[in-house]
Amino acid sequence: MSGADSTPQPFVRIEGLNVTFSGRGMPVRAVAGVDLDIERGEVVALIGESGSGKSVTLRSLLRLHPPKRTTMTGRLIVGGHDVMAMDSSTLASFRGRVASMIFQEPLLALDPVYSVGDQIVEAIRRHESIGRRAARTRARELFERVRIPSAERRLDAYPHEMSGGMRQRAMIALALACRPQLLLADEPTTALDATVQIQILLLLRELQRDLGLSVIFVTHDIGAAVEVADRIAVMYAGRIVEQATARTLIREARHPYTLALLKGRTGADQHAMRRGNRLETISGSPPDLAALPPGCPFAPRCPLARDDCRQAEVPPFTMKPGHTARCLHTDETAHAPVAI
Amino acid sequence: MAALFDQAPLDVGGPAQPLLEVSRLVKHFPLKKDSFGRGGGVVRAVDGIDFQIRKGETLGVVGESGCGKSTTARLLMHLIEPDQGEMIFDGHTVGGRALPLKTFRRQTQMVFQDSYASLNPRLTVEESIAFAPRVHGVSRQQAIERARDLLERVSLEPRRFAARYTHELSGGQRQRVNIARALALQPRLILLDEAVSALDKSVEAQVINLLLDLKDEFRLTYLFISHDLHVVRYISDRVMVMYLGQIVELAPSESLFAGPKHPYTAALLRSMPSIDPDNRTDEVPLTGEPPNPINPPAGCRFHPRCPHAEPVCSGTPPVLGDAATPGHLVSCLMFQPGSGHSAAASPSQATGGAGR
Repeated sequence: MSGADSTPQPFVRIEGLNVTFSGRGMPVRAVAGVDLDIERGEVVALIGESGSGKSVTLRSLLRLHPPKRTTMTGRLIVGGHDVMAMDSSTLASFRGRVASMIFQEPLLALDPVYSVGDQIVEAIRRHESIGRRAARTRARELFERVRIPSAERRLDAYPHEMSGGMRQRAMIALALACRPQLLLADEPTTALDATVQIQILLLLRELQRDLGLSVIFVTHDIGAAVEVADRIAVMYAGRIVEQATARTLIREARHPYTLALLKGRTGADQHAMRRGNRLETISGSPPDLAALPPGCPFAPRCPLARDDCRQAEVPPFTMKPGHTARCLHTDETAHAPVAI
Repeated sequence: MAALFDQAPLDVGGPAQPLLEVSRLVKHFPLKKDSFGRGGGVVRAVDGIDFQIRKGETLGVVGESGCGKSTTARLLMHLIEPDQGEMIFDGHTVGGRALPLKTFRRQTQMVFQDSYASLNPRLTVEESIAFAPRVHGVSRQQAIERARDLLERVSLEPRRFAARYTHELSGGQRQRVNIARALALQPRLILLDEAVSALDKSVEAQVINLLLDLKDEFRLTYLFISHDLHVVRYISDRVMVMYLGQIVELAPSESLFAGPKHPYTAALLRSMPSIDPDNRTDEVPLTGEPPNPINPPAGCRFHPRCPHAEPVCSGTPPVLGDAATPGHLVSCLMFQPGSGHSAAASPSQATGGAGR
């Protein structure tokens, strides 16, 4: 949304992020050189398939990976704080206060033995010196804010007593309890029914606008991304292969993988795939991160791949300001027919 | 393989006869009372549904969690016994003398969402596929031979995959094995219960293409259950929409997606995220969540959430019937002439077609 040069420092800066998990067997490089800036008040969606590194990137911003088995390099700056350099107590006050997270499955993210209200009160009092009663009042306001009906009564409910949509609202309330500036959302609507999913997407959009939040929204669903995001970054094999504003990405995608994703949709729009025709598919299977070929990781599945693609890592090329694609042959995708 | 072909089920009633006719199907699950005697009651998972699956078609089933779509599939498969209702498979009553359950099961197979849980981890891929034919009396060698043929058909090279165990496969590969296994008995009807929902988009498209190819080649009929309306629209000839254990709308795919009649279907379609950044969804199409099927609302089950609800809706349950166009069935008082809803036609106009 906001122009690249309007503010000198973006609110979130991810620079050369690498995340490698080692355990038994081969180390797996889940994130391989991710650069991403998010302005204050901007919503960026990270989309990709399972194993593309989108959730790992997101969790890195709160350093949620098990420290013993994870090697992280690169720079992570959130609101002027250097996340990589934080000790555990700084990290504890950073989490929830500056940046907080909502997850796909609220039933696993919420504590089953405390009422939802108590969990919010605890979160507030962990970060601020404030009385129980005042914290409870704020919890009720948060519940009203996320449109939970009969808020006062629902504060005393346990997570299992709530429906899926209510639980997701309660988790959003919990995430907002300490007035963070950055909200990290990891597939928050994937487990929900269609009519509830759109409610939550619109709620997130409204909260973002009213509170001026920066949001990173991880999803595998392009439709959900378009509903909330200003900008979209497409990930494949631990890399951001293309990023642009939502409009540019949908209308003028240039990376063959993004194009394939858009074409493979069994879309709902007037130019959707006709019934009876075969879907265009991406051949082959998703990459094995423990054994990636040299060069572009998409090359083995790419219809445009040549020898030069298999030589060395492909850098991002700028199509126009704010639109980059990591592909050597974007000249051939300039006029590719896209979904809309 | 010859032995299997000899037993291959024949088309009995010709193309005009529905492959499966379901009438008044009911399944209620009783709830246990807790130690204080509280609770009890019944979950009305499937509450009196009638529909047909035509030969060679793909019937899509959509609805939100708790609407009874998976229970319906399990009832059709006789994995659970219905409380009431009748199923007629190509002219014969299922479980009757002419079509005992074992024979019926050979003609109807199912593919589940969880590809991992639905395969036995102790069997190799080819053993899994050959298992059912062996149960039905095919010799081991023939069954294995057929398993390998089928692996080839689902694009898993037998030499590489036949001897693998399920944990050595990716999700897409496992679902291909499940499809091959479902085909092993040469069924006529395959129930696909969220069969592609757990797959990544690029893999999902491959499996959908495979399903379309196999349907042509083996002249199959599909019941395709999914919460993904895009996929259902793409794959289905007709679509059935369920809400709280009942059918609210059943119509040809084009007709349903172009002009949904039931307010619930309309809201469901408007809930699909838009992929056009200049045309985002601005208003929540439907507030609230599906109510609990333990105590469904009286009258029309959708009336508490319906924008067109009138007093009559809370008292009179609607009946599934033709809407404006024949073959487009809807269960809503607005389309039921003389129902008392202000949008309904008066009874005298009934022949002219109901609706607004």
